Amino acid sequence: MPAGAAAQRAGGRERAKRWRRVSHLALWGLSLAPAVVTLVHTFTDRLGVNPIETLTNRTGWWAILHLVLTLAVTPVRRLTGWHWLVRYRRQLGLGAFVYASLHLGVYAFLDLGLDLSHLVEDVLERPFMTIGFAAWLILLVLAVTSTNGWIRRLGRRWTTLHRLVYVAAGLVSLHFVWGKKTLQAEPLVFAGVFALLLGARALFSWRRRRAQKGQGAGRREAAPLA
Amino acid sequence: MSTLNRLLKVPESEITPEELYLSRRTFMRAAAAVAVGTVATAALGQGAGDAVDELLGLGDTDETPTDYEAITTYNNFYEFGYDKADPSRLSGDFVTEPWSIAVEGLAENTGTFSLEEIVGQFEVERRVYRLRCVEAWSMVIPWNGFMLRDLVTLLVPKPEARFVRFEAVYRPEQMPGQRRNLLPFPYVEGLRLDEAMNPLAFMATGIYDKPLKNANGAPIRLVVPWKYGFKSIKSVVKIGFTAEQPQNTWNVVAPHEYGFYANVNPNVDHPRWSQRTERRIGEFRRRDTLMFNGYGELVEDLYAGMDLVRDF
Repeated sequence: MPAGAAAQRAGGRERAKRWRRVSHLALWGLSLAPAVVTLVHTFTDRLGVNPIETLTNRTGWWAILHLVLTLAVTPVRRLTGWHWLVRYRRQLGLGAFVYASLHLGVYAFLDLGLDLSHLVEDVLERPFMTIGFAAWLILLVLAVTSTNGWIRRLGRRWTTLHRLVYVAAGLVSLHFVWGKKTLQAEPLVFAGVFALLLGARALFSWRRRRAQKGQGAGRREAAPLA
Repeated sequence: MSTLNRLLKVPESEITPEELYLSRRTFMRAAAAVAVGTVATAALGQGAGDAVDELLGLGDTDETPTDYEAITTYNNFYEFGYDKADPSRLSGDFVTEPWSIAVEGLAENTGTFSLEEIVGQFEVERRVYRLRCVEAWSMVIPWNGFMLRDLVTLLVPKPEARFVRFEAVYRPEQMPGQRRNLLPFPYVEGLRLDEAMNPLAFMATGIYDKPLKNANGAPIRLVVPWKYGFKSIKSVVKIGFTAEQPQNTWNVVAPHEYGFYANVNPNVDHPRWSQRTERRIGEFRRRDTLMFNGYGELVEDLYAGMDLVRDF
């Protein structure tokens, strides 16, 4: 019996591991599907009248969507208790980085044709471009330090460093809103969603701190606040 | 006899037979050049009469015109929506017949005229112009229409008139972008009177010898090829002559980004992007943007002594 139970447990672990691997692959498939579709559109001439503009807009949009999903993981986990979601957070974040890199790549390589002086001028002189580039730099640092090795090496500082994702979200929101000729609904909706997600995080940490204080000081002192 | 002719006090018997039309037109233009000499720049007034015949097909470029499909499906016309495809997709309800244009302000011949009355005064000609959008893309478009200066001449601006103000149609029930208030509508644009009298300024009624599509500003629109595309107001219903500079819509919406003059200028960047280069629709590599969109020789005198960085 004990030997059978151990074997069963080992088998269960194996199955869980396999499921995890498959689910990660499936999520990558889902994440990258828009890129594949866009690639097909590129080679079948279905990107419309101004293909480079279409590529720029699409890659930017998918980068923002991935960033929203990444930042939604923790609040959704808190609200639903689906703690397994956290396993997919890193991957979603990397998805955001992939699309942001494609976005910058399309601009630098295809749109500007690698006119480096033009790119440098954009980044240095035009705040709209500067903030977009800064957001990409942040995502680059976060992507590089997203490995288990870096998480171990940085310890508690890793958490602090990765809070920069909210700075990136703010910059990206501004970049998207600013990228239109007038104030338009869609970028504002994304900015609002980012604000909500950040607000949710702030609320959780405030509650946690209050709860910790409550435990430390006892109920009597917490009571007058209630 | 049309209202316009009545206003011009032309007796029926004097209406020109078709075969004499061309010579009469040349005469009228010469007369117009003299009449307008007082308000236009000296350069324009002098010798403009002799130059008129040479000016036919003026500014024509021999560059390959952009595909009709692209010209008619990639448009900025916020009356229908933000997206470039919105004007062609969402303009099906827009009715352009009948159409009339109200002429008001500081001119002798004010009133409301039907489109046919107005267009009937001119011989429709073809002009192949570059169009440079402020968003740094460009096209080459074979327009059909007539010179704005011929229309202005017919309307006889008063001496105190210094600007021409154009207003586009306001019909929220036919234009989804107007229902969503995407811009403060109706859309307004304006030119200095001497700019309007420049022979390049054009009133278009067609593209590729076909009537304008709704997405391109049917049934009649302005084309000012040396200025950014937003100056070339579409679906015009009102033309006014004023002493004060009109407030053009984009300048009202974002004064530090879009000026009144909006001359194509590779040396003055948009705050968010460079204007040094542009993408010609249908081409892969960017090309250099030309001063006044390549029409400098014909228009630079209009801006002699002006600071084009300040008056962008």
